[in-house]
Amino acid sequence: MSSTALPSSEPHESGFRWRMGVWWMIFRTAMEERLVYRGDFALGTLMRFLPIITQIFLWSAVFGSLKANGDEIAGYRFEDIVAYYLLTMIARAFSSMPGLASGIATQIRDGEIKRYMIQPIDLIGFLLLNRIAHKIAYYTVAIAPFALVFFLCRNYFVDGWPGFGVFAAFCASCIMGFLIGFFLEAAIGMIGFWFLEVTSLLFIYMLFSFFLSGHMFPLTLLPDSIEPFVNFLPLKYLAYTPAAIYLGKIPPEDIPIELAIEFAWLVFFIVVCRVAYRNGVKRYSGFGG
Amino acid sequence: MSNSAQKSKVGPNYWRVFLTFARNSLVRDMTFRTNFLLQCISSFGWTLMNVGFYLILFQYTDTIGADSGWDRDKFFIFIATTWFINSLVQAFFMPNAQEFSELIRTGGLDFALLKPIDTQFLISFRRIDWSALSNFFAGIIIIAVSLYNLATREVDAMIPSAMSILLYFAFVICGIAIMYSLMTCLSATSVWLGRNQTLYNFWFYITNFSRYPMEIYNTGWGKPLYGFFTFIVPVLVVVNVPARLLAKPISPRTDYEMLIIGWAVVATVLSIVVSRWVFKKSLGAYRSASS
Repeated sequence: MSSTALPSSEPHESGFRWRMGVWWMIFRTAMEERLVYRGDFALGTLMRFLPIITQIFLWSAVFGSLKANGDEIAGYRFEDIVAYYLLTMIARAFSSMPGLASGIATQIRDGEIKRYMIQPIDLIGFLLLNRIAHKIAYYTVAIAPFALVFFLCRNYFVDGWPGFGVFAAFCASCIMGFLIGFFLEAAIGMIGFWFLEVTSLLFIYMLFSFFLSGHMFPLTLLPDSIEPFVNFLPLKYLAYTPAAIYLGKIPPEDIPIELAIEFAWLVFFIVVCRVAYRNGVKRYSGFGG
Repeated sequence: MSNSAQKSKVGPNYWRVFLTFARNSLVRDMTFRTNFLLQCISSFGWTLMNVGFYLILFQYTDTIGADSGWDRDKFFIFIATTWFINSLVQAFFMPNAQEFSELIRTGGLDFALLKPIDTQFLISFRRIDWSALSNFFAGIIIIAVSLYNLATREVDAMIPSAMSILLYFAFVICGIAIMYSLMTCLSATSVWLGRNQTLYNFWFYITNFSRYPMEIYNTGWGKPLYGFFTFIVPVLVVVNVPARLLAKPISPRTDYEMLIIGWAVVATVLSIVVSRWVFKKSLGAYRSASS
């Protein structure tokens, strides 16, 4: 980059190796940026489990006074509910994208997005790499508090580890959950091309996503009149589906089709995100320096 | 404040200053009307989701906790109380607490210190988030419906006495005072920590414990938590005491309940004193940021 000669004519600038080099650089920078605050980070992660404590007591009180005989609510025992909340924490650690949509909207508003139109870097690819780096940095630090909490709560996992197939499906749904979360939020951020202020819109989205992703409670608890509708939405892949797969609440024979639908949603959001970006850039006019 | 006649003559009129702050904030909120409306809508959405969640719970159980007495209607009185206290705290104190941390970090506190008015008052009431009050109205709807249900149901119907309504208001105010003190202490820590971006998170995690009837913690390994959040950081009495006074008949009270009610009064006074002390201490430790 320090050379003053025009770089476009040189073949290695667009070659695969060059591209990998750029990606590696982006990845490493983002990683280092994230690890600076690792202490704060680990503590923050641990704190994030605090609300689960109140949930444990609430559900324990509910299960202590069940109306019907038996010890299950919609197929969940008390231990399953707690395990469910813990697992949604993992799923959310993959699928939550703090600051992604608002970051894109801000970049559009203050014109920083021009950078991606001039430089040979794709905005979505750059952000995705950044996010992967942040997530990996996050996991390397967060694994300790996560392991601690899961170790302390191991008795809530009554059935122990699931089989290999189910576990693999769980991992796959987490990774796809990450990608769905990314492209969905990025697409929302692109709304910034059309509306200058998206913060309140985002807030409403976050609210609904908290409820409809199953972060608040297992979606099977919903009344039968609402459940099919919520099940149709893609938000459940952000928290509910991975946890339900792990706990065996989705029958093994249904897992492949569930993952296929999830993959279809992923493709859908990739396309939406790309189309929104292309149309947004056409609309965009950058003023000022 | 107006402890000497001479001082009150030259000192500011706190009530008028407060009204000016309130008006300014309202003007500011009304400048971005759509944003204001969207914020109100999302607050209502949040309320609906919570109500939905608890309605689902009550499909499977009659009371939160066996023999605790918190059946559906009474529990919703509890929820409404949470909503009242949280909305008032969020409307009046939350934006200011966040700004306080920011003032410390940027050195803007210098200007607040120079003003001829009590600094804690100035810092605590400068900005009012009017949209947060939409939850207050949501709370009114919830409590109206549940009081109606409670009064007209067939088994165990109940109409709260005038005394319990009076006490309810008094203890809601105590609850707000405790929350305010806690928030002041939390935001004052940014003097020592430099930045305090996790204030809101921390606040959320602590107040999370106040959202449910305290009985549910009073078992097994919940006991230390119960003790800690009742007597050391008294967030459990904030909602529990007023809600209990309104939702349960006043006459047969156990000694323990009386003790908790008495403790709520003591806790309120102590919290205010401690938060005032922490605030003063933090001002003493404040070193301006720039130049």
